[in-house]
Amino acid sequence: MERVKKLASEKGVIIFSKSTCCLCYTVHMLFREIGIDPYVHEIDHDPEGKEIEKALLRMGCNGPVPAVFIGGELVGSTNEVMSLHLSGSLVQRLKPYKNLS
Amino acid sequence: MNSTSTQFVPSRRMGIYEMVGVSGNFKENDYLDSSPSMIFEDTSDGTVGPSNKYDHVARKPADKVLRRLAQNREAARKSRLRKKAYVQKLESSKLRLIELTQELQRARRQGLYKGGELDYGLQGYSGITSPGIATFETGYGQWVEEQNRQVVELRKALQSSNGVTELQFFVNSGMRHYLDLFNMKAAAAKADVFYLMSGMWKTSAERYFSWIGGFRPSELLKVLIPHLEPLSDEQRWEVNNLRQSCQQAEDALSQGMDKLHQIIAETVCDGLLDEGNYLPQLAAAMEKLEPLVRFVNQADHLRRETLQLISRILDIHQAARGLLALGEYFQRLRALSSLWASRPREPA
Repeated sequence: MERVKKLASEKGVIIFSKSTCCLCYTVHMLFREIGIDPYVHEIDHDPEGKEIEKALLRMGCNGPVPAVFIGGELVGSTNEVMSLHLSGSLVQRLKPYKNLS
Repeated sequence: MNSTSTQFVPSRRMGIYEMVGVSGNFKENDYLDSSPSMIFEDTSDGTVGPSNKYDHVARKPADKVLRRLAQNREAARKSRLRKKAYVQKLESSKLRLIELTQELQRARRQGLYKGGELDYGLQGYSGITSPGIATFETGYGQWVEEQNRQVVELRKALQSSNGVTELQFFVNSGMRHYLDLFNMKAAAAKADVFYLMSGMWKTSAERYFSWIGGFRPSELLKVLIPHLEPLSDEQRWEVNNLRQSCQQAEDALSQGMDKLHQIIAETVCDGLLDEGNYLPQLAAAMEKLEPLVRFVNQADHLRRETLQLISRILDIHQAARGLLALGEYFQRLRALSSLWASRPREPA
């Protein structure tokens, strides 16, 4: 949990992912399409991966990946990201982080 | 060269020679060769007499021409009769085919047959379906019938320019109807995601336009937008943004699907030609197929969101027109599939 929070606050835009997860790849590609280069943390390559997974599930991410945080706040999983994007809100929230890599 | 012709050319009026019982060798082809003095003429009144040689020469080519004309007429007549018979046969075959197609569709809706309709392309489906799919097929058949009814009602409501309340009612029913479909699909995806993804439950033309187990939302918007006019500037801006976001979301999903496709292919092919037991690879592939359900659900989520968002941008009249346009669009695709399936084919 702490690890998750720490990472989320350190990186402006972070996607918790698994290297084998294609929906995570989808979210990553979507961010790229709107000009954002998010930090992608592959939890299957993290020794504390299981803990992170549990923490994300506890926070309400039903993937548990992909789990997207913007500005330290949990946005959600694929559903939430897609809904936000369609309504135009995602681009708004990501504006401060555009072109920062 | 000199052959005895036994053809009769019946028209007496023209003074054409009759060959009945004429002794000797009355050879048609000799006409132009022989000298006039050797030719006998038998006129219709039975008299035989000397005739002007130029008469013969003049008449004989004409005879041939006339005979040819008559033969042509006869042949043309027979040809027309044959053609008529053939066309009638085709017409009745066509009707029979349409009848059979409808019977098949009816039976399919009642769950008696699985797989595509009278369409030569689909022989692959194994026919082993889960109860979940059988339920879905029945449900979907009913959904389509209800959809057709709603299209008729919506058209009437728009034409009669009734009150907003009535239109609102139909728009609400229409939206709810689409939500019902997404719910049905979610259950079917759990039962058999391959079935859903292959679009087996749709008609062939719909399948052609299919994207991850259903219609492509951005394409749908393209179909709708012309019929929503006039749009206010703000509406136009919002609709265009929606279309662009939708397109981006679709692209991202497509890329994710491509990656999944690659991973599954690699898993299945892992260790080909090793001559070992391939069950481990298949077990691994099975695991990799699980995300497919998530993808189909994600695509449906996109469809649902798009429909809901656009209905919020539009006023009631625009929304009603949009729903009607959508309903008619799908009807046309279904009709196209039937027409295509019953077109005359070249014999194999």
